[in-house]
Amino acid sequence: MSKTTIIPIGPYHPLQEEPEFFKLHVEGEKVVGLDIELGYNHRGIEKLSELKTFEQTVFLVERICGICSTSHPLACVQAVEDAGGVEVPERALYIRSVIGELERLHSHMLWLGLAGHFLGFNTVWMWAWRYREPILELFELITGNRNHYGMMKPGGVRRDISVEDIPAIQKTLDGLKGPICLFRDAVTDDPLIRARLEGVGTLTKQQAIDYCAVGPTARASGVAKDVRKDHPHLAYGRVDFKIITGKNGDVFDKAIVRILETLESIKIIEQCLEVLKTLPGPVDSNPKEIMAGEGIGTYEAPRGEVIHYICSDGGNRPLRHKIRAPSFMNVPTNQTTVIGQSVADATIILAAVDPCYCCTERMAALDAGSGRRILSSAELIRLSQAKTAKLKKEMGVEGPRLKI
Amino acid sequence: MSFAVNMLTRSLNVFHLGGSACNNCDIEIIDTLTPRYDLERFGITLVGSVRHADVLLITGIFNKKSAIRLKRVYQEAAKPVLVIAIGACACTGNMFQKSYNWNVSVDKYIPVDAYLPGCPPKPEAMIMAMVKLVKKLRGAK
Repeated sequence: MSKTTIIPIGPYHPLQEEPEFFKLHVEGEKVVGLDIELGYNHRGIEKLSELKTFEQTVFLVERICGICSTSHPLACVQAVEDAGGVEVPERALYIRSVIGELERLHSHMLWLGLAGHFLGFNTVWMWAWRYREPILELFELITGNRNHYGMMKPGGVRRDISVEDIPAIQKTLDGLKGPICLFRDAVTDDPLIRARLEGVGTLTKQQAIDYCAVGPTARASGVAKDVRKDHPHLAYGRVDFKIITGKNGDVFDKAIVRILETLESIKIIEQCLEVLKTLPGPVDSNPKEIMAGEGIGTYEAPRGEVIHYICSDGGNRPLRHKIRAPSFMNVPTNQTTVIGQSVADATIILAAVDPCYCCTERMAALDAGSGRRILSSAELIRLSQAKTAKLKKEMGVEGPRLKI
Repeated sequence: MSFAVNMLTRSLNVFHLGGSACNNCDIEIIDTLTPRYDLERFGITLVGSVRHADVLLITGIFNKKSAIRLKRVYQEAAKPVLVIAIGACACTGNMFQKSYNWNVSVDKYIPVDAYLPGCPPKPEAMIMAMVKLVKKLRGAK
């Protein structure tokens, strides 16, 4: 048997933005095992949420993740509305969908850029991030901030999209279609990208189901799972769009699924804007109180399904707030996809699920464990004593004998 | 102008140290390097190792697990090194001050040269912070 070496990656490293620790077990160039150690990003948000009122909670969950900073508030306010029986005006539903889809656009562009960076293809990185800037400008136009939009509140949204702004938004979206199609063709045509990505880090359909993978990670493996279609909420029941699925579940499919999804997002935004031009009404129902009850809110974040659970006792604070982020389900799939691949491919495979550790860390403990023995502390002490006894015998020294 | 200041205020090698951040400051830091803002024009680049760094960019709060690493990473950096706390979390702890996992603010662990508040600060603000810091080091008004 060849020797297994451990390559530590992290926790502070140039590979990904966030602190996380990967232990790659390698035999030569081949990866044979992976340990993921988290906990560098745990901030105790669920507990903090119990100290805040329902309106403040939304701002807190916005800071779970800077990239899904609409998905978490959106799921949270839906949970509050579900628990408290709050009505939402129709115009607010369309505005929520627009913000959610704009976020998907910028998040997928961001991933595409980072994926290019991990492949050593920095041109893709620079171009993708250049075309992401107009989307952030749209956010600044609509919400007043580039990130952390602060748009959601229980009962509606904080700001309206004015009819005068709609042509400008439409113009920016039209300008994006060309570059996205360019990326689509560049990725599908480029023999180098195909060589690096095809057949790499494959997650089969059965594995995706077994690991309960969500979002683009599952859809690339052929599992047509999308909250927007499965439980049509917001405006998604009233607009026309397709679920993009892949076949092979390799990194190439994951990239293609994300690129094609951006085009679908633009389609959804355009349909919503068309309705918003004429739809009258308030954008906020201003609920005075949240009734006692339990509620669940789900939303298809760019990385997959995010679930918020809120328990209310009729007061102004949540009694319990539980969050499940998509990367929590997707990160463990790395343990199958990275095995048997080369070290050079490990970076892009680990990044292909678009991991988001600041979302994930609601206290998680993972261990590869497959085929490797995990020693308890008592066993370690026993082994250590046996070794000491052996050494003593070899050296011919006698000493006091310890007992556990 | 001393040799160290002279060297430190030219092409800066930046190491980005994300604590328990929400990622937004980190993304905006990378954003300053991409074509819209393009700080690499001035020789400011991200480096992979803290041992090559002239500037440490600190983002996010540091929880009980990562605060120990923060101190260690700072000790590993070649001195003199500048430290910029980016974002409200790194400056004050933001809304996480009451968290059971928040330790103490960054400046209790390591000396901080500049604070850049905002949630997240815009790329323009980050560029301005760099300019101000370099000017201050050179002793200009």
